[in-house]
Amino acid sequence: MADEDFTVIIGLEVHCQLDTASKLFCGCSADFRADAPNTHVCPVCLGLPGAMPVLNKKAIEYALKVAKALNCRIPEEGEFCRKNYFYPDLVKAYQITMGDNPLALGGYIEIEDDAGNPKVVNLTRIHVEEDPGRLVHMGNKERGHYTLVDYNRSGIPLIEMVTEPELSSPKEARRLLNKLRATLEYLDVFDPEKEGSIRVDANISIKGHERVEIKNISSYKGVEKALTFEITRQKNLIRRGGTISRETRHFQEGKGTTTSARSKEVANDYRYFPEPDLPVIRVSDWVEKIALPELPDARRDRFMSQYGIAVNHARTLTGDLHLAEFYELAAPVGAQITASWVADILIGELNYRDMPLSKVTSHADQFKELVILVRDKTITDKAGVDVLRVWLDSLHENGSPESPAAIVARLGLIREAGESFRGIVEKILAKNPQAIADHKAGKKGALNFIVGQVMKETKGKSDPREIHAMIAEILGE
Amino acid sequence: MTDIYNAYINTAEVKGSGSGILSGVRVSIKDNISTKDIETTCASKILKGYIPPYDAHVITRLKAEGAIIAGKTNMDEFGMGSTTENSAFGPTLNPRDVTRVPGGSSGGSAAAVAGGLVSMALGSDTGGSVRCPAAWCGVVGLKPSYGRVSRFGLIAYANSFEQIGPMTTNVRDAAKLFSVIAGHDPKDSTSVNKPYDGNVVPEISGKTIGIPKEYFGEGVDAGVSGEVRKAIGKLEELGANIVDVSLPSMKYALPAYYVTCTCEASSNLGRFDGVRFGPEPEMNLPWHDAYTKVREAGFGGEVRRRILLGTFALSAGYYGKYYVKAQHAKQLIAKDFAAALQTCDMLAGPTMPNIAPKIGELTADPLQMYQADILTVPVNIAGIPAISVPCGTAHKMPVGLQLMGRMFGEETILNAALAYEEAV
Repeated sequence: MADEDFTVIIGLEVHCQLDTASKLFCGCSADFRADAPNTHVCPVCLGLPGAMPVLNKKAIEYALKVAKALNCRIPEEGEFCRKNYFYPDLVKAYQITMGDNPLALGGYIEIEDDAGNPKVVNLTRIHVEEDPGRLVHMGNKERGHYTLVDYNRSGIPLIEMVTEPELSSPKEARRLLNKLRATLEYLDVFDPEKEGSIRVDANISIKGHERVEIKNISSYKGVEKALTFEITRQKNLIRRGGTISRETRHFQEGKGTTTSARSKEVANDYRYFPEPDLPVIRVSDWVEKIALPELPDARRDRFMSQYGIAVNHARTLTGDLHLAEFYELAAPVGAQITASWVADILIGELNYRDMPLSKVTSHADQFKELVILVRDKTITDKAGVDVLRVWLDSLHENGSPESPAAIVARLGLIREAGESFRGIVEKILAKNPQAIADHKAGKKGALNFIVGQVMKETKGKSDPREIHAMIAEILGE
Repeated sequence: MTDIYNAYINTAEVKGSGSGILSGVRVSIKDNISTKDIETTCASKILKGYIPPYDAHVITRLKAEGAIIAGKTNMDEFGMGSTTENSAFGPTLNPRDVTRVPGGSSGGSAAAVAGGLVSMALGSDTGGSVRCPAAWCGVVGLKPSYGRVSRFGLIAYANSFEQIGPMTTNVRDAAKLFSVIAGHDPKDSTSVNKPYDGNVVPEISGKTIGIPKEYFGEGVDAGVSGEVRKAIGKLEELGANIVDVSLPSMKYALPAYYVTCTCEASSNLGRFDGVRFGPEPEMNLPWHDAYTKVREAGFGGEVRRRILLGTFALSAGYYGKYYVKAQHAKQLIAKDFAAALQTCDMLAGPTMPNIAPKIGELTADPLQMYQADILTVPVNIAGIPAISVPCGTAHKMPVGLQLMGRMFGEETILNAALAYEEAV
């Protein structure tokens, strides 16, 4: 079975909370995360008898922005309907969502495939719906288990975006989500920093086999992990001659595995019908008025033309709204060097510290100062990285960082001319005859070890290019 | 005053802080209209103990005009019935003959008015629930145009049909109470901005009244139709032009109504699960089983029947056969009414095909009970307003004349009703 076709087919349903001030059908504040349970509630979002939904127009406006940005077709009318099922977090025993008449149809998102080629992923539809409340499971084996319900989340507006089954790998799925997140952020309709603000259901199948739905994955990383696990599971099952059954599975975030949902949980007939308490929305009347800001792809192209930076830098820098804004703030000190320092160095150092960019953006001037130190060759690249690390650490720890210039002065990192290190170079060469022999025997990169030793000894104050030249001169080359 | 007709589920005396045209007037409220701090049960065990933390829009309006909320009236559970026998609190008796039902589902409100306990009450009309008990108890009942009165706070049975309406001893009071509750409410997205100024005047001369032949067809009691024809004769005497019309789609009215209202009800009533209000579920059961127990014990037979019918009609494979067809029928019926009301200022016919039945007579056979709504549901399906005015008696029981108006044409039918009332 060596040439068995294991083509992977993935489709996503992405739910994002729209960052409106109030909930979808009532005036309760949507900014509930810092507050006690059940404090952002009213008769409407508690589903009290007799309470009626009133549409928050902002949510529709936000969703139409997304629809327009994702090149969707906007029908004349959108219609809310009820999705009926029982669950303790669902106050009315139905969710107000959209069925046959969503806000937008079609549309597409451009990403890169795993080979780096552009790929268009088509969308099926976009609609708006209300979030249910949240269950908090408490207790333990000894004292008994119980569950508390928090309705603060009940009625938060969600936008659901459904892709066609056109993704071919977990990495593609991840890239699609990143692109989607960036787009929503550019549109200023979504705050990815808020806990639980994105949830994904993924449909995945191996070509020719049944598809499996993985429900409620709540992080970008989780989507990639869940899909990777599922592909392995399905392939193994097929290889062993088993059959994939059409089912719903839950992703266990902690373990990185998926488990089959009990059939009782999924055997729902949602009995959709139009919501009689809400009039249909004349979507087409609204959409004309919606203006879009510059979107990630346009900004990427502008960065390339305006700043003359490489496509991979431009793509990285525009893949996150705040990063793009930060770059443009710092770019005047040198577009290319800044691009490289932000995209190649800063992001990695932030990720390593699990530090948000926002901490740096409020000290952009100091970051610029660092780039200038490197640009003007006051310090070497190597020293620059060291200074950045010290600077980020101090920023991370106490919020008021030591300025890069002060760090350079304190640690004595000012670049010195190569000549002053001749003694050190000679000493290290003498200690490492093998490296010299390797180099003479034509082994590429053999001298890098020597240069690295010199850099270390000089605390990064030496310029590696100068050291290379000096070694060559000493070795009579 | 003792409640000898079992008109009330809860009596109360809550005075609004405002003052206005209802200052000091006691108004009884059907128990499916939310009243802040007063238990509101919909005559169901499942809502026993539920005290709303907010007032329905109509209650806010009543209080602003100085009314006194004088108790919550009995009804068929969640509005499901035409006799006020389907109540967890026992049947309400008809003050005109206590061996008979008052009609429903707003039977408590009708009995409170007919029995002289109050002069005004609010009912709600989903398929005739204001007009049926008004006719059978001999009071005035108005079903407003859909959207004219806010439903905010009305515990929904069938959202797309129902309206809150006044039930009073006379037409002037109906107009007065209607003027208080009509008008736009931003909390009900289906509400429209059509206030009513309350200036009711006897006016019928020169109006064209259509008599739909379907309103005098098979199943209409001869005594009842005789009284109604006499009343129509009176209107003619007063200067109205009487013309014959037909509403051919009326044969679809009952099925379209019962499909739609059971579908909506099955969804509306899902929330009664014991989690946030109503009887506490058994905490040691899995949630699914606890829900089932609460709902089994909490809902009465007719409510369970309608939930099951609606759940069935909405299920996969049946939605198209039932719900979608019912919506199609709804459009045909509305079209028929619109066509008839293009040439006529209003339509007239009996409110109910029979007089009030004896207690227990209709509950044995739900289909027969559903049949009793044949002359009232078409109006709810079309969304138009209709008023039931007492017009004599048949078999010693009151008969109701039903006047059906154009969309938002309450003024016309109120004026006509007043002209009739003053002439007899």
